[in-house]
Amino acid sequence: MTEQNFWQFIVEQQDKLWTQVVQHLGLTFLSLFLAILVGVPLGIVIARVKKLSNPVLGIAGILQTIPSIALLGFMIPAFGIGTTPAIIALLIYALLPIIRNTFTGITEVDPSVREAAKALGMNNMQILFKIELPLATPVIVAGIRTAAVINVGVATLASFVAAGGLGEFIFGGISLNNTNMILAGALPAAILAVIIDQFIALLQRSGLKSLKIFKFIFPLIIIVAGYFYFSNTSSTAKLKAGFTPEFMGRKDGDIGLRSVYGMNVKPLIVNDAVMYKAAYDKELDLISGYSTDGRIKAYDLLVLDDDKRIFPPYFAAPIIKNKTLEKFPELENTLNILAGKFNDSLMTDLNYKADQLKQTPEKIAKDFLMANHLYKTSGKGNRGTIKIGSKIFGEQYILTEIYKLLIEGYTDYKVETKTGLGGTKICFDALMNDGIDFYIEYTGTGLQVLLHPTEKVIDEVTKSPEQTYRYVNSEFEKKYGIRWLKPLGFNNAYALMMRRTQAEELHIKSISDLSIFIKKE
Amino acid sequence: MIEFQSVTKTFNGKPAVDNISFTANEKEILVLLGKSGCGKTTTLKMANRLIESDSGMIKINGENIENQNPEKLRMNIGFVMQNSGLFPHYTIAQNIAVVPQLLKWEKKKTENKTLELLEKLHLPVDILKRYPSELSGGQQQRVGIARALIGNSPILLLDEPFGALDNITKADIHSEFKSLDELKNKTILLVTHDVQEAFELGHRICLLDQGKIVQVGTPTEILYRPVNEFAESFFDENRLLLEYKVATLQDIRSFLSSEINDRILLDNQVNIWSVLQKIISEYKDNEAYESVVSAFTEYRKLHIA
Repeated sequence: MTEQNFWQFIVEQQDKLWTQVVQHLGLTFLSLFLAILVGVPLGIVIARVKKLSNPVLGIAGILQTIPSIALLGFMIPAFGIGTTPAIIALLIYALLPIIRNTFTGITEVDPSVREAAKALGMNNMQILFKIELPLATPVIVAGIRTAAVINVGVATLASFVAAGGLGEFIFGGISLNNTNMILAGALPAAILAVIIDQFIALLQRSGLKSLKIFKFIFPLIIIVAGYFYFSNTSSTAKLKAGFTPEFMGRKDGDIGLRSVYGMNVKPLIVNDAVMYKAAYDKELDLISGYSTDGRIKAYDLLVLDDDKRIFPPYFAAPIIKNKTLEKFPELENTLNILAGKFNDSLMTDLNYKADQLKQTPEKIAKDFLMANHLYKTSGKGNRGTIKIGSKIFGEQYILTEIYKLLIEGYTDYKVETKTGLGGTKICFDALMNDGIDFYIEYTGTGLQVLLHPTEKVIDEVTKSPEQTYRYVNSEFEKKYGIRWLKPLGFNNAYALMMRRTQAEELHIKSISDLSIFIKKE
Repeated sequence: MIEFQSVTKTFNGKPAVDNISFTANEKEILVLLGKSGCGKTTTLKMANRLIESDSGMIKINGENIENQNPEKLRMNIGFVMQNSGLFPHYTIAQNIAVVPQLLKWEKKKTENKTLELLEKLHLPVDILKRYPSELSGGQQQRVGIARALIGNSPILLLDEPFGALDNITKADIHSEFKSLDELKNKTILLVTHDVQEAFELGHRICLLDQGKIVQVGTPTEILYRPVNEFAESFFDENRLLLEYKVATLQDIRSFLSSEINDRILLDNQVNIWSVLQKIISEYKDNEAYESVVSAFTEYRKLHIA
């Protein structure tokens, strides 16, 4: 299979790309417009009432420092998923530069000029609109430019909450190990940032000494935002589906749903960190999850029966370079201590402890080892350091902690953990570049995302989890010099899930039921 | 007419202006003179309510200014500041037209009046389209004066209007200023720390120290009959020069022989300093010079006696 080049990808995906660019612009401009509407008057107020300036700028500064994904997480209970939370989050990020620059611009107007205006008989409003704002305009516009550039960047995260934008390509590409896809999102985003910045600068230069610039910026923003809004009003299906970008691009994911079940649910792209919560909050009705996730139990979700077997079960196992195993001779046996120690319900239970009972991964790991009489106090840790990586979801954090305690208990190696790596590609690249020594991978991901074999091969090797394991192990050895150690014992597979109450109401138990229900509409 | 009656203003508990009373009459330039921090600028700014007084009463043309809308009040009072206070984003034409716009004048009227003022203030017409930063300091100050005069208000407040100018430019503007018809019918308060400027432009001088009035009087009064040591010592450095400038040709005519009187063909209002200057540089008449000096000495004896 020949690798597709970047231009072929762009040409093939141009419709999607165009939609995403428009969504991205829409998100950026609409939030920018609202931020100007809120920020400039606030800046004016705090320039007048100086007592308020510290609290207002302080709060805006604190809001600015909230990590964007966390902010989006906070938004879901209040505003659901989709455009609204994304725009509010972007608005919050754009606020600080706009308020601060308005405040600075106005306070830095020469006091003698302000006094002259007053002495000539101007009232407060006339001083504001004829003197202060025109003189502060260059500074205010500089703040708007900063905000615009920030927003183009942060808007990539809007795809986490199903608001679209170029983040769909970027995070899809990271999950699916597809560099072309990452670039197809990242390059346009960078270009948009530069263009918007320069465009506002151009407007500013053309009308340097007047307020007229706003007369151009505002209608423009409204037109772009309006276009976005109308082009983005999604079809109101009875069931709202939200899938992760990885699920969207996998043959054992949305592609399988379409080809085997003949079902197109018109899914929104959403990040798995917020997906379960969104389903629980009735923002989504159908999501793609992992069969062992603790939140299935926590949020009382029903896993639909995969009656046509498109989600084959996969093993989870540490993957590690042969070179590393030679360097740390005691490592292989230590890691294999856990082989077969897990099963599906045990893993689900551990995940539940983290997701619902809010126990820390450290505690869960220690309790687990104690219960299985595997716990030992840590050794000297003086014979080299082993770096363990983990993807950004609960199960991986727990397993990483278990391995850490295990290695430190049974050997004199020291362990460093690199948790929260943002996707398969990032983990795998880190492994290849020796950024980490091993991480836990799933055979299905190894097969579908990293190896990309032909369909015939896939059909053949997914007949049983053991076959898949044998195939990926030998292929990884050949291609990358990487070995799959013994599987941990639990199966992980993709699963479609709904809220139990809703599924019972609609009498949906299997994916075929769902397919029939959707086609009925 | 501007009347201050027992006006006080304190900043952070310290009196900046302490129970001040004075009157600036119609058609009079009253100079508020004093060192920095004496309260002269505060006093001036209370007259158009840029600073609100704490107690006392200020009347302009008989009306208590507290009872007037501050914007309306200010529109009818010309104001010139030290650093011109021109709006950097307005052209010169727009700067001059600020008050006419607030007063909603017709465009034509504003234009005509602007051109008239430019000519009187010796400003070229082509500066109208330029911005303040493109003008020299002297030009900016002249534009500032034009802006204050265009509304033709009966009251004019000047806050160190020539303070930032070099001596030569200052002398030029002083002479232009004195000859402006527009100023003849106004009540003018002029704040300065420049003693020579005060004597040159003021009809009367109000000497201030630490928020209080030390003395109010004509230049001659204040120079020859100081009320206390402060008032006397204030002019020590410039005394000789000021005395020559305060006395006019008229004052010493009676001490000159009729022959010499006939030889000095100058206006009676010209001060002695200028008379001597003329005699030295133009007439080159040593005898007249000596006669004027001794006549002045006679005249002076009368005053200090």
